[in-house]
Amino acid sequence: MELLCPAGNLPSLRAAVDAGADSVYLGFRDATNARHFAGLNFSDQDIVRGVRYAHDHRCKVLVALNTYPQPAGWAQWTRAVDRAAELGVDALILADTGLLDYAAERWPELERHLSVQASATNPEAIRLYHRLFGITRAVLPRVLSVRQVTQVAAQSPVPVEAFGFGSLCVMVEGRCLLSSYLTGRSPNTYGACSPGSHVRWQETPRGLESRLNGVLIDRYERGEKAAYPTLCKGRFQVGEHTYYALEEPSSLNSIELLPELYRAGVAAIKVEGRQRSPAYVAQVTAVMRAAIDACKADPDRFQPTAAWQKALAAVSEGTQTTLGAYHRSWQ
Amino acid sequence: MKLSLGPLQYFWPRERALAFYSAVRDWPVDVVYLGEVVCPKRRELRLDDWLEIAGWLADSGKEVVLSSLTLLEAGSELGTLRKLCRNGRFTVEANDMAAVAILADAGLPFVGGPTLNVYNSRTLEVLAKAGMQRWVLPFELSRTTAADLIAAAPAQCPCEVFAWGRLPLAWSARCYTARAEDLPKDHCDLACLADPDGRLMRTREDAPFLVLNGIQTQSALTQDLLPWMDELRAAGVAVLRLSPQSEQMAEVVAHFDAARRKSPAPAELEALERLAPVGTCDGYWRGEAGFTREATPGSH
Repeated sequence: MELLCPAGNLPSLRAAVDAGADSVYLGFRDATNARHFAGLNFSDQDIVRGVRYAHDHRCKVLVALNTYPQPAGWAQWTRAVDRAAELGVDALILADTGLLDYAAERWPELERHLSVQASATNPEAIRLYHRLFGITRAVLPRVLSVRQVTQVAAQSPVPVEAFGFGSLCVMVEGRCLLSSYLTGRSPNTYGACSPGSHVRWQETPRGLESRLNGVLIDRYERGEKAAYPTLCKGRFQVGEHTYYALEEPSSLNSIELLPELYRAGVAAIKVEGRQRSPAYVAQVTAVMRAAIDACKADPDRFQPTAAWQKALAAVSEGTQTTLGAYHRSWQ
Repeated sequence: MKLSLGPLQYFWPRERALAFYSAVRDWPVDVVYLGEVVCPKRRELRLDDWLEIAGWLADSGKEVVLSSLTLLEAGSELGTLRKLCRNGRFTVEANDMAAVAILADAGLPFVGGPTLNVYNSRTLEVLAKAGMQRWVLPFELSRTTAADLIAAAPAQCPCEVFAWGRLPLAWSARCYTARAEDLPKDHCDLACLADPDGRLMRTREDAPFLVLNGIQTQSALTQDLLPWMDELRAAGVAVLRLSPQSEQMAEVVAHFDAARRKSPAPAELEALERLAPVGTCDGYWRGEAGFTREATPGSH
């Protein structure tokens, strides 16, 4: 079981490599990847440096090209595939069927991983991507219980990867249009959810309000901790009740499930957070490295330490963590 | 242009669903999609019931398509999907790549549902080669992308567009209707059976925002593309999909049918708008935020 960590820039890449990541993943500075944020991501020159640093330390570099190109953007996306291949990266992480087809034809020797954004939750879907495009790995959406992950891993024609820690998507990735419904920009089309360009904070007599393209996502009383207005993590009214109707601001933390994921044959544990700081990457990578090593050494007696949990809680969104869909009771 | 009745997104009591489809026999729709697309726990109608309804509708001259479940999580759901794909008579709408895998293996043609994510021509080519004979434009794509895709589409692979209905925006492992009732999903008491058009979720300043429909989240506003009939036709859209709602669906169909023959007058556009549960939107088609609405619909 390997550890795959996020790199939003060169300092984060070095932090992940130094803290013991087996692989890092990154993206170009445009809408070709699902973390298209201002000031984030890599120039071609950064990638060359990053690949050199990672390879010198026996760490692999994966490039995420996991958004869905439309006809007007097709040439930009295929050029991104070519650039990644020419820069000597170890694998591409792809979601779009057309782009997978292009990469398989143009760069057959370059490994193709199926992105979580391809929404492949079951072995039949993975089998199709394997047969058509020769994918060598599939990243599972964060909607499966541990039991379901185990079943998919057992029947999948390729090794699977599961999320271990980071921001939690509560919707099936690749099929969530909530962000474009409000802002015109979604993870699929633009590489961002609830984009910062559309966020407004306002102090009002009723409290601090967060809005996305004018729509109220949440309101905070004095002393309440405010969270970024990701639109599925606001408080809304259903009937007479006002509550987090979809999900609380929280992060996924599956560290206690590592033995089950390990026994299921999950090939890699993925950490989310390319948009986070190098300090976050260093902290989470170090904890997950120690935890995975401990799990592999003795899965039967594996117990997350209090120090690990404290370290992870400190960098969590809303400082809460959850097992998410891995645990049936969350569903 | 043809009209289709999309798959029922909600969970209706058996009698209500049977009465609805019994009436559909006389409606001026060319294609009817049948089957459960949201939650495998919704079993008021089972595959045999859907096949029976399919039989009546086919006898009334409708093209019938069986729609597959969108989010597949358990092995048992794949078993049901295989049975659906091997029904031996009706075409299937594939709403997940699992269905494409099974249908392509069997050499069966299929309709590509909106969640197959056909965002570019190369995707369209790959899926057409696998047996796709019609495809539904993903909800968030614009008229510009639709026209580009249609212009480059392989022959015999026409495009269908979601022209009326609350937009299915997301799917989750979590059931939001059960959550609203403070019930765990495994003991949901089939709470969504009480919501024939889903359950409205409002912002804290009372603006209708989304609709909770079990594990699916929809727009509160109804996407209404009637004002854009001329553009849809000019772009080469072959089928307009109308998504079932619990009240006045026959009237909705009648408005679109009339517009096939004669461009709708402003009064007719307004009459249709009033049939939406809480208002209409058309932003996606215009390349804008989905929930927005052109200020003066039909003025183009």
